[in-house]
Amino acid sequence: MDTQLQTFHYDNKTVRNFALATLIWGLVGMLVGLYIALEMVFPSLNLASFLSFGRLRPLHTNAVIFAFVGNGTFTAVYYSLQRLSKARMFNDTLSAINFWGWQLIIVSAALTLPFGITTSKEYAELEWPIDIAIAIVWLVFGVNMFGTIIKRRVKHIYVGIWFYIATFVAITMLHVVNSLAVPVSALKSYSAYAGVQDALVQWWYGHNAVAFFLTTSYLGLMYYFVPKASNRPIYSYRLSIIHFWALIFLYIWAGPHHLLYTSLPDWTQSLGTAFSIMLIAPSWGGMLNGLLTLRGAWDRVREDAILKFFVVGLTCYGMSTFEGPMLSLKNVNAISHYTDWTIAHVHIGALGWNGFMTFGMLYWLFPRLYNTEIFSKKLMNYHFWLGTLGIIFYAIPLYWASFVQSLMWKEFTADGMLANDNFLATVTEIIPMYMLRAFGGLLFISGVIMMIYNVFRTIAKGNFSPETEAQAPVAAVAQKTSHGEAGGYWHKAIESKPGMFLILTTIALLIGTVLELVPTFLVKSNVPTIASVQPYTPLELEGRDLYIREGCNNCHSQMIRPFRSEVERYGEYSKAGEFVYDHPFLWGSKRTGPDLARAGVNIGAAKMYRNSKWHYDHFQAPDEISPGTIMPTYYWLIADDLNVSQTKAKIGAMRSLGVPYPKGYEKKALDDLAKQAYEIASEIDPEKASEISRKEVVAVIAYLHRLGKDISRAKPQQMFLPQGYEDLPEEAVKTETPKK
Amino acid sequence: MSAIYLLIAASLVVATGFLAAFIWAARSGQYEDTDTPAMRVLFDDEVTPR
Repeated sequence: MDTQLQTFHYDNKTVRNFALATLIWGLVGMLVGLYIALEMVFPSLNLASFLSFGRLRPLHTNAVIFAFVGNGTFTAVYYSLQRLSKARMFNDTLSAINFWGWQLIIVSAALTLPFGITTSKEYAELEWPIDIAIAIVWLVFGVNMFGTIIKRRVKHIYVGIWFYIATFVAITMLHVVNSLAVPVSALKSYSAYAGVQDALVQWWYGHNAVAFFLTTSYLGLMYYFVPKASNRPIYSYRLSIIHFWALIFLYIWAGPHHLLYTSLPDWTQSLGTAFSIMLIAPSWGGMLNGLLTLRGAWDRVREDAILKFFVVGLTCYGMSTFEGPMLSLKNVNAISHYTDWTIAHVHIGALGWNGFMTFGMLYWLFPRLYNTEIFSKKLMNYHFWLGTLGIIFYAIPLYWASFVQSLMWKEFTADGMLANDNFLATVTEIIPMYMLRAFGGLLFISGVIMMIYNVFRTIAKGNFSPETEAQAPVAAVAQKTSHGEAGGYWHKAIESKPGMFLILTTIALLIGTVLELVPTFLVKSNVPTIASVQPYTPLELEGRDLYIREGCNNCHSQMIRPFRSEVERYGEYSKAGEFVYDHPFLWGSKRTGPDLARAGVNIGAAKMYRNSKWHYDHFQAPDEISPGTIMPTYYWLIADDLNVSQTKAKIGAMRSLGVPYPKGYEKKALDDLAKQAYEIASEIDPEKASEISRKEVVAVIAYLHRLGKDISRAKPQQMFLPQGYEDLPEEAVKTETPKK
Repeated sequence: MSAIYLLIAASLVVATGFLAAFIWAARSGQYEDTDTPAMRVLFDDEVTPR
């Protein structure tokens, strides 16, 4: 064996850049979060369209997930992968593209989301050109990472690297599949999937974004930085291998637990639940492995704030991965879904796990990059306590609020009537909790500001080394191993191992099959349609796009679960067949306001219907119509003219997705739109009808009045259409795709 | 519900990829030693140790 030492240099500059970006974007994302938390207490903070809750909420989630945790992940990978591989990153140019590309994507998110350019799909709100940019930069990262792994000087691939690989592979697939869309213009597209299908794809993505963007990446981080900071080997390397493989094989199937009791087929829901419960084992494997690494070093945890951050971070990981399977149980989910429980749950993960692990890593990293000690250990300790108190003040009030509100929603009087038939009463009840939550956020952010000061003082007194010189034996990987491979590794490995070759071929074939079959599946939808469910009129379609632009789905669901309390409050529960033309689906995941799925039902009980004048006045000044409401004003909908320049293109795009607009309908579309708009405007104010009919608000009202209308017209037997009921009268069921 | 075919197929492709990676890892001796890798991380190879 050749023992000649090779000298090389680690790239610290990219690491430093990502680390600074993590801090700065983290602060920005959290400040946006604090602002929208305050908006829920003081609705008057919705000062302008681009500051309204519906538009800022996606900015907050995207900033925290992709800007804060994303940059944190890159920091961890670029620092630890080089040292674990004993090699410089594969290519400096790719490193730079990875860094600057990612920051540009973040800036473009900040320049689009507040202006209503959004797809409405949670954590995938960015429009298609940015989606393509994300895919390119992500692939650059992948090439850079695999390049480094291939040229590594250590044969063994440390478990942390396995976690990074899993992150890369899974996110690539999730992002591509969920982002498939038909563009209407440079900044507008429609999801390739509709209704139930779109919901399934979205939450398959949404759940796995948490799994692979926020979890596996940070487990990789944990497996490097916790041993380094404590100077102790990981508790059990064997456990790390077992829980890694178990985690990645189980995680991908758990998505449907976000859709329990919805119109998603029951068996899919059960599948999601089963896998979610199993997930507790590998998740806790990771937590325990991290915590037990500190066994025998607990005295140092008392002294060292970095270890404190890691301990609380890991504990929060354990808490949220215990809570996750619990929330996936249908009986628990019946209470928790649509409430602030979900918000509290994700913040235990985001603030505790991602936040504290990031802080621990950065406090360890910056002094090393700058060859100095941290500026103030005392400030670091204050940050730790402020952050911990922040998490407690954030989460506990929200848990409390969710129980209170959910039970109020479900409460019946002795006479069998809803005890709180006014939805608003269940909101005003929990406003004090929202206030405490905002206070928790403020504490957490104060800690982060302290950290930024501490880090910048550290940088000021330190001396940055852009590169670190290191030595390792020459290309140990290319050496003969116990299994006899030499240079040309992959080629020989594949050819010399028939089993391996077979597997790789199968993968290649599978990819081909998927590419061929998927379009067929997508076009031929086998969700039975309900005869009375028809495509949206042009005005309703424009209204729907405004609903998406304003982010209404961030506070209003459109999915009534089959519970007595919900049917009593909102009307007939939602059916899969209602959503066949919904590109994208707009079921929502949170009810800050009431469900709107039956907002257009004006016959029978008509529980949720409000007339056009009511909506018009309500958008102008919600507080005057419903005193105490936290819904903000949407005055701009009333002031601004509806832009109809894309209406024709939208109809065409929808048709290409299988929505049965008649051929050549584009020519008639604008006339129909004007006619319907005039009718609604006359209902609002007959004297100013022609002026009002041009405004955006009219389109939104048209859309709201369409919700649930079709199914209210359906005959009772048409509502229940399991597959295979071909013997029903033809007008009742249309299982074929309508002819174009 | 046809989208589920797409999701199952995509998930299986990735799962198969991971399976292949696992088989490769196990066969090429990645997991033969489960003690020293945990230790090795702690040793820096930097020329001027701080």
